Amino acid sequence: MLRLIKPIVFILCLLPLVMLFVNFYHDELGANPFEVLTRSSGEWTLRFLLITLAMTPLRQLTGSAWPLRLRRMLGLFSFFYVCVHLITYVVLDHFFDWDEILLDIIKRPYITFGMLAFILLTPLAMTSTKKMMKRLGRRWKSLHKLIYVIAILGVLHFFLLVKADLKEPVIYAIILLVLFAVRIKPTFLLKSGLNPQ
Amino acid sequence: MLLKKTTDILASEITDKAIYEERRKFMTSSAGLAAVASLLPLRDSIAGYGGKPLSSTKNTQFDIADTLTSYDKITNYNNFYEFGTDKYSPAKNAQALTTDPWSVEISGEVEKPGMLHMEDILKQHAIEERIYRLRCVERWSMVIPWLGFPLAKLIKQARPTSKAKYVQFETLYRPGEMNGQKRRVLDWPYIEGLRIDEAMNPLTILAVGLYGEVLPKQNGAPLRLVVPWKYGFKSIKSIVKIHFTDKEPVSSWTKSAPNEYGFYSNVNPEVDHPRWSQRKERRIGDFLKRDTLLFNGYAEQVAHLYTGMDLKKYF
Repeated sequence: MLRLIKPIVFILCLLPLVMLFVNFYHDELGANPFEVLTRSSGEWTLRFLLITLAMTPLRQLTGSAWPLRLRRMLGLFSFFYVCVHLITYVVLDHFFDWDEILLDIIKRPYITFGMLAFILLTPLAMTSTKKMMKRLGRRWKSLHKLIYVIAILGVLHFFLLVKADLKEPVIYAIILLVLFAVRIKPTFLLKSGLNPQ
Repeated sequence: MLLKKTTDILASEITDKAIYEERRKFMTSSAGLAAVASLLPLRDSIAGYGGKPLSSTKNTQFDIADTLTSYDKITNYNNFYEFGTDKYSPAKNAQALTTDPWSVEISGEVEKPGMLHMEDILKQHAIEERIYRLRCVERWSMVIPWLGFPLAKLIKQARPTSKAKYVQFETLYRPGEMNGQKRRVLDWPYIEGLRIDEAMNPLTILAVGLYGEVLPKQNGAPLRLVVPWKYGFKSIKSIVKIHFTDKEPVSSWTKSAPNEYGFYSNVNPEVDHPRWSQRKERRIGDFLKRDTLLFNGYAEQVAHLYTGMDLKKYF
């Protein structure tokens, strides 16, 4: 079953990028297609981060093991989309003007947060193989807890870049809070004695 | 002083003069317009070249040699928060707006306050075509052939008193037709303002059309301000009120984020937006960004308005 699901999910995950390129090619991205490329790749990074974080609660909910089997791939897709996002920033926004980029990172909090999230996500992607998992042992798990920090940074990055309309970043923040909340819940209930266990 | 002369336009972007003249002659004749309209690919039937033609004479005094942005792009990429906060919604949502009948209230420090009807405004003023750059605070820009008349003409008619130091403009508030106003993204109605000398500057116009036709609704129909040396949000759309006052108006964006959007909001590559640099801009349609010019390239006409002012302080 998983052998079938995995390639299907893989293709589904690639679809946003494929659609972006197809629409770009056909000049269907509106008057400012470059802005759409940056915006869209950023949004998909965040979405994949949240989807990845949803896998653990999903497993608890369904009792099936397949969400955890997909988690690594989904996390890597988040890294894949952040790379696309970063490339659009370096090429389309600044055209390799490294001095300007450095100034941007230092001076503008939303860039600082975004860049930090990318830097933190990189070792997680690098250590996602089975080999690295084995080699790092227990440390692997604590290292990969960074995903929570990265998700917060990602949502903050979005919050700080909108001009006035906070609707979308608020939606992402709420989903992230829910994903955090469902993780806290068992221990919280245990402590308050509400949980029959 | 931060003022410097900026007339640097790349040789590559200058259209051959003969071709350019020919093009303009062709564009301003109504037959030419119809022909252009039929040649341009129309992506959206709502926002095609479907408007009422408006006759005008061209004013080439402030002409720039930049290539015009296409009608399609000018009318499908709009910041008009009254019709949604993304740039693609206004083209669709603004069609719900009733722009006829329309009147504009003149009030405050003037000898002749009152209501002006849109038909009378159109009758009283000779319409000129002017090609201006438009630079958005978000770092994109366009070149637009506006139809309009100098705001100074309307101001002179109203006879401002000596107390009229500023002009405050107000956009229509009609949530029933302007669906973006149902959410308080900004403090509605949208307010903008100019110093009286900025308002009287020959560059400042009230626009009633573009590309030879009446203003499309998403571009601020039926009457909008165009102040080409300031960031786009200063050029308030769908105006219903012009108020003369001795107090500096607080514009909607200043109210929303005072540290990011000042009263002046002059285009200035040396003054950063707190969240991004204003050194460069993407001309809609271009791949590479270009340098932003001081006062959007209109320093010659407007730099004198700000002599002795610290433009970083009065951003």
